[in-house]
Amino acid sequence: MSARRDPRIVTWTAALVAAVLILVNLGALGAVAWRAEGSAGWSAADWAALRFTLWQAFLSAVFSVALAVPVARALVRRRFPGRQALIVLMGAPFILPVLVAVTGLLAVFGRNGVMNDALALLGLPRLSIYGLHGVVLAHVFFNLPLSVRLLLQGWARVPSEHLRLSSALGFGGWARFRHVEAPMLARILPGALAIVFLICLTSFAVALTLGGGPRATTLELAIYQAFRFDFDLGRAALLAAVQAGIGLAALQLLARVTPPETAVTGLDRAAPPPPGGWATALGATAITLAALFLMAPLALVVARGLPQLPGLPAVVWRAALRSILVAAASTLLLALFAAALTAASLRHRWAEGIGSSALVASSMVIGTGLFLIVNPVIAPETLALPVTALVNAAMALPFALRALIPAARRAEVDFARLSLSLGLNARAHWRLVLWPRLRKPVGFALGLGAALSMGDLGVIVLFAQTGSETLPMQMHRLMGAYRSGDSSGAALLLLALSLGAFVLLERLIGGRDADT
Amino acid sequence: MKNPTLAAGLLAITPLAAFADVPQLHVLTYDSFVAEWGPGPQVEAAFEATCNCDLVFEAAGDGAAMLSRLMLEGERTDTDVVLGLDTNLTAQAASMVMPHGVSADLDLPIAWDDANFLPFDWGWFAFVYDTTRVETPPASFRELIDSDLSVVIQDPRSSTPGLGLLMWVKAAYGDEAAAIWQGLAPRILTVTPGWSEAYGLFLEGEADMVLSYTTSPAYHIIAEEDETKAAAAFEEGNYLQVEVAGILANTDQPELAQHFMQFMVSDAFQSIIPETNWMYPAVMPEGGLPEGFATLAQPESLLLPAEDAQEIRDEVLAEGRDALAQ
Repeated sequence: MSARRDPRIVTWTAALVAAVLILVNLGALGAVAWRAEGSAGWSAADWAALRFTLWQAFLSAVFSVALAVPVARALVRRRFPGRQALIVLMGAPFILPVLVAVTGLLAVFGRNGVMNDALALLGLPRLSIYGLHGVVLAHVFFNLPLSVRLLLQGWARVPSEHLRLSSALGFGGWARFRHVEAPMLARILPGALAIVFLICLTSFAVALTLGGGPRATTLELAIYQAFRFDFDLGRAALLAAVQAGIGLAALQLLARVTPPETAVTGLDRAAPPPPGGWATALGATAITLAALFLMAPLALVVARGLPQLPGLPAVVWRAALRSILVAAASTLLLALFAAALTAASLRHRWAEGIGSSALVASSMVIGTGLFLIVNPVIAPETLALPVTALVNAAMALPFALRALIPAARRAEVDFARLSLSLGLNARAHWRLVLWPRLRKPVGFALGLGAALSMGDLGVIVLFAQTGSETLPMQMHRLMGAYRSGDSSGAALLLLALSLGAFVLLERLIGGRDADT
Repeated sequence: MKNPTLAAGLLAITPLAAFADVPQLHVLTYDSFVAEWGPGPQVEAAFEATCNCDLVFEAAGDGAAMLSRLMLEGERTDTDVVLGLDTNLTAQAASMVMPHGVSADLDLPIAWDDANFLPFDWGWFAFVYDTTRVETPPASFRELIDSDLSVVIQDPRSSTPGLGLLMWVKAAYGDEAAAIWQGLAPRILTVTPGWSEAYGLFLEGEADMVLSYTTSPAYHIIAEEDETKAAAAFEEGNYLQVEVAGILANTDQPELAQHFMQFMVSDAFQSIIPETNWMYPAVMPEGGLPEGFATLAQPESLLLPAEDAQEIRDEVLAEGRDALAQ
C-alpha cells in the first residue's frame, strides 16, 4: 500500500465514527441485556424459528444471485435505448418500503392478482403465494436488483484490456467466460450471496405475512414478540445475539472463500460492448423477464396510487416533508461515516468490520437499546427524528462500504505509487486520483442511503410521539384506519420519493453515466 | 450533525413542550387513536375547553406496545393516564395503576367491576366478509371449519385481535380448543403481524374473511356508502374487546387525571367514539348511535376475566401455534 500518511483528522474522525457505531450496535444490545431480569431461555419454538430463518435466507440468497448473473451479463453486453432508465428502475424494489412492495407483489401474484387471472383464463388452477415459496419470491423481488447492481460493478471493474486481449486472441464466449468473467464472478459472488443472506436473515413482516403462519416465524419476529408480548428483554437479547452470531459466521465464511483482489492493472478505461451473436437473444430474454418480474408490481402500485394522490390529507404531505428531512440528515451522516471508514479501511482492517456491523444487528434491539440508553437522560420521544436519522445511516453504511471500499482499494493499488512518485499532495491525490474513481460508488451509496431512510419503518415506531410521524408511519396509520385508498396514494408518494432521492443523488454525485 | 441549519430544522419539527402556564396531562394511547381521523384531535379540543390544561397524547403502536413502552420507561415515565388496553392486558398492567374513583353508568353487554380500569369503548371480535363473495357466512367455528372459506388472522403475539381469537376459542370450547384449532388450520390462509395487514389482504380479495370487529362494516357503510361488508355472528357467542383507561400510580397530576377519566365517560367524549374509533361507546351518548350501526350483527358475548386471561395466555398460545405450525 502507499506510504502516504492520512491527515490526523481522518484518523480521529474514523475513531469517533467507530465509537458511535459500536454504541449503536453493541451498546444497544448491552443495554437490553443489562435491563433483563431472568429469561424464559431458548425454547423449541426458537429452534423452529432459527431453522426457518436460515433456510429462507439461504434459498433467497441463492435464487437472487443465481438469477442476477444472466441479467447482469446481458446488461453489460447489450446497448439499447432506455438501458440506463431500465437499470435505474430495476433498482427500485430494493429501496421500496416493505409494505408497498408486498402490496405490489400481491397485485401480481395474489389470489386475484394478474398472474392468477391469466392462469384462470388459460383454464389452469390458481397458484397460492402463501408459504415458503412466497417468502423467497418476495425476497428475490427485493434483492435481485441489488445483486444485479453488485454484479454490474464487478463487470465494470474488469479491465477493458482483458476484453480487448480476449477478442484479439479470438476467444469464443465460453473461453472468455472461463478466463475473464469466471475469475471476476468468483470474487463478486460470495459477497453478493452473503449480503443477500444477511438482509434476509433479519426479515420480519414479509416472512410472516407471506409465509402463511407461525411456521414462518423468523428470529427477528421472535425478537419483536419477546419485547412486545412477553416483555422478556433477556430472551430478546439472547435471540439477537444468536442472530448476530449467524451473521458474523456468514461474514467470516465470506472472507475465507473470496479470492483476494489481483494486482493486474488496466488503463482504467471502459470496455467496448463485446460482439453479439445468438447469445444476445438469450440476453434479451433474461432482461425482459427480469424487467417484467420487477416492474409489474411497481406498475400496479403506481396505477392504484395515482388516482388517490390529489385527495391525500394534509397530514400525509407533512409526514412526507418530515421523511425528506430525516432522509437528508441521515444521508449527511452516512456521507461522514462512509468517508471516514473508507479512508481508514485503506490502513486498518477493523474499519470495514465495524462499519458493516449493523448488517448483523437486529433493528428492534437497536431501537429498544437506544431507548433504554437515552431514557434516564431525556424523554426518548423528543429524539425520535434524530435517532431515526442516526440509525438509518448506520443501517445503510454496510451497503455504502461495500460499494466504496473495493473501489478505493483498487484506485490505491493502481495509482498510489504513481501519485506518490509524481509528488502529488493529499489534496491533489484526492482530486485527481480518488474522486474520479469514487464518485460513481459514492453517488450509488448515498442515493441508496437516502432511499432506505425514506422508506424505513424501524426505530421511529418505538420513539415516535404525536407530531413526528414519518411517511411510512403515516401510511401504516392510514391502513390501520380502514383508509386503504389513501394508503395506496401514500404508497405511491413514498415510492416516488425513495426512487427520486436515489436517482437525484446518484446523478448529482455520480455524474450522468452513473449507473453502468 | 454536519449541517446546523438542518439540525435546527429537525428540532423545529419536533414539537416542543408547550411553555404555557397550564398543567400538562400526558395520555399514552395507541396509534390509531391519535390519528387525524381518529378520536384524539376531537377529544383533545373538547377536554382542553373545560380543563384549563394541556392534554398531550403520546402514541405507541397498539395495546401491547403501550404496555411494553410503559415497562421500558419504568419509573421515569411522564405518562399520567394509559388509554387503550383491553382486558387481555389489564392484569399485567394492574400493578402500575391506581383506582380511578369514577362511577359511571356503563352500557356494556357484561357487568363491570374493575376499580382500576374504566372502559371507554367496546366491540365484538368477528370474522368480516364481503356479501358479494360469501353468500351464506358460517354461523359457528364448526361451520367455518367445514366450509371451504379462506381466512386471514393476526399473530397473537403482535396483535390484540390475534390474542383475542385465542381467548375466544378457549372461552367457547375450553378443553376442546386445541381440536378446534386443528380444524381451523387448513382454513387459515396466512397470519399477519398486525390488524392493518390482515384487513388490507381481505380488501384486496386475497381471503374470504378476516378477523376484525362486528363494527368494521359500519366504517364502510358510513364513510364509503358501501354496504357489501358484514360480520358473522357465531352461535357460540363472539368474544368481547373492552377497551379501558387507567391512572398511573406514580402520576404527578392525580386530580387532573381523575377529571379526565370523568370526562372520558361523559357525552362529549363518548359521542366522538362511534365514527372515529369505529367501536361501541361505553356509555350511550344522548343522540344514540349513528344510523350505520343499526344493521350490525349483535351476537352473544363471551369474555374471560382479566386474571384468567393472563393465566391461560401461554397455554392458549401454544394451542394455536401447535395447530398452525404443522
